[in-house]
Amino acid sequence: MNNALQGIVAKHEAERNLLSLLKEAQDKYGYLSEELVIELAESLDIPVGEVYGVGSFYSFLSTKPLGQNVIRICKSIPCYLKNYQTIVEAVEGELGIKPGGTTKDGKFSLELTNCIGACDQAPATMINDKLYVDLTPRKILDILKRL
Amino acid sequence: MPEQRIVLRNCGVIDPKDISTYLNQGGFKALEKALAELSPEQVIEEIKKSGLLGRGGAGFPTGLKWQFASEASGEEKYVICNADEGEVGTFKDRYILERDPFSLVEAMAIAGYAIGAKKGYIYLRAEYHHLLDLLEGAIAQCGAKGFLARQGNFEFNIEIREGAGAYVCGEETALMDSIEGKRGEPRYRPPFPPSRGLWQKPTIINNVETLMNVPPIILEGADWFNRIGTERSKGTKVFSVSGDVRAPGTYELIMGSSLKELVEELALAEKVKMVQVGGASGRIIPYHLIDTPLAFEGVLGAGAIIVFNENRDVIDIVRRTVEFFAEESCGKCTPCREGTEVMLEILTRFWQGQGSKQDMEILEDVASAMMLSSLCGLGQAAPNAVVDTLQHYRSTYESRVQG
Repeated sequence: MNNALQGIVAKHEAERNLLSLLKEAQDKYGYLSEELVIELAESLDIPVGEVYGVGSFYSFLSTKPLGQNVIRICKSIPCYLKNYQTIVEAVEGELGIKPGGTTKDGKFSLELTNCIGACDQAPATMINDKLYVDLTPRKILDILKRL
Repeated sequence: MPEQRIVLRNCGVIDPKDISTYLNQGGFKALEKALAELSPEQVIEEIKKSGLLGRGGAGFPTGLKWQFASEASGEEKYVICNADEGEVGTFKDRYILERDPFSLVEAMAIAGYAIGAKKGYIYLRAEYHHLLDLLEGAIAQCGAKGFLARQGNFEFNIEIREGAGAYVCGEETALMDSIEGKRGEPRYRPPFPPSRGLWQKPTIINNVETLMNVPPIILEGADWFNRIGTERSKGTKVFSVSGDVRAPGTYELIMGSSLKELVEELALAEKVKMVQVGGASGRIIPYHLIDTPLAFEGVLGAGAIIVFNENRDVIDIVRRTVEFFAEESCGKCTPCREGTEVMLEILTRFWQGQGSKQDMEILEDVASAMMLSSLCGLGQAAPNAVVDTLQHYRSTYESRVQG
């Protein structure tokens, strides 16, 4: 196991907090690959299923490759009432990917997500850790261009 | 107008980045009073007498919860603030955290004093990561001013733990498992958190808004709080209004205020067809019943108010509501894991105009089974929109029956 991963494991080993460990591993390596999951399980001496179980449970963790920028467009009812689909269509048109996909250059992934708590400023989207609200098709395209 | 700003007292008044503005508004006087004049038992008595019920949706008596944890044996106890706020249409806690994080810190410290906990956690949903710096800054400033470590005996440390995108982690026992680094699946209860919670230690978990009520109750007294609201629902409630309204946003009303007044006069909605009160897990109120009190005796939930105008399709809305639960179900218990999928399949058929009489019977059976036997509130409440619309809009379902 390489040094960086060993470092992450060592940091979280005392508390045995799988979730914190996996978040940090994803930050470092981009996503939780099968190899990574197996290595972590071996290093912590716990079943692979336990590591994979946490890694596959949370929507902000991914066992598939992710782009540098993860776009999460809210599709819950308040954003639906404010036409989130127009935002989705704008992004699909601009990036050439559908929800669940990643651009070939690895720059963007697109996902649909459930309520992110910005319903008074719908439609809303997260890109990585940042929140973007009161969106229009033009606004989201401007935002993407600046990334 | 039934608006009164108790929970939102400092929002828009103080600078959430500057503790001195909070102190100017009487910040930390409640904690000082608690430490100097009241025993932990007296603090709990005051919260009990106030009649404060949880504001996260379940409405459990806060004082009673604190009492159970206080009486539990052990030196290691925890206070958790539930800032997971995943219920659809709910953003009141976001609004509060953005504008008055100091009150939350003070309230958690008072809670820690009351139950004998030295450590508190704020479980912040991943989607509110943009508030992390603000919250950490507020905690740091409170610590730097010495409010969290004083008079030798009392000390209280607060740590923030972030979620990773899972609605079910708003359920208190799933939340604790998530802090422990596991899948966020609810636990079998009993035991309840006040006796065995985080790391199996006595724990109280309270919603952001619930905690925001604590400092004013300590300062003004339980009697003052008791005089506001209704027989069973004391104080105020903060509502998040969205959907087909001209003035979406956050409103704080005295308990018992009329939904009609909130929706039409404050949020400026017109041609309303129905309102979903309490988010996806809430009740559907058709317009002809809109003059209903917003209180635990009427309809409430955590306070999400989603308004639908005449152009919206009932079946479309219910289907999307159930789809949310099918996606967010943790999968641990069979009634919810399977029941949400069955309801979604059936509602999709109705949406496509291919429903059947038998489908309607199955919906009712599955709904009843889920409400009775699901492990947690997610499965128990997932059928609410289905049950309500079958009751109030049966003819709409019938019009989508094929043949």
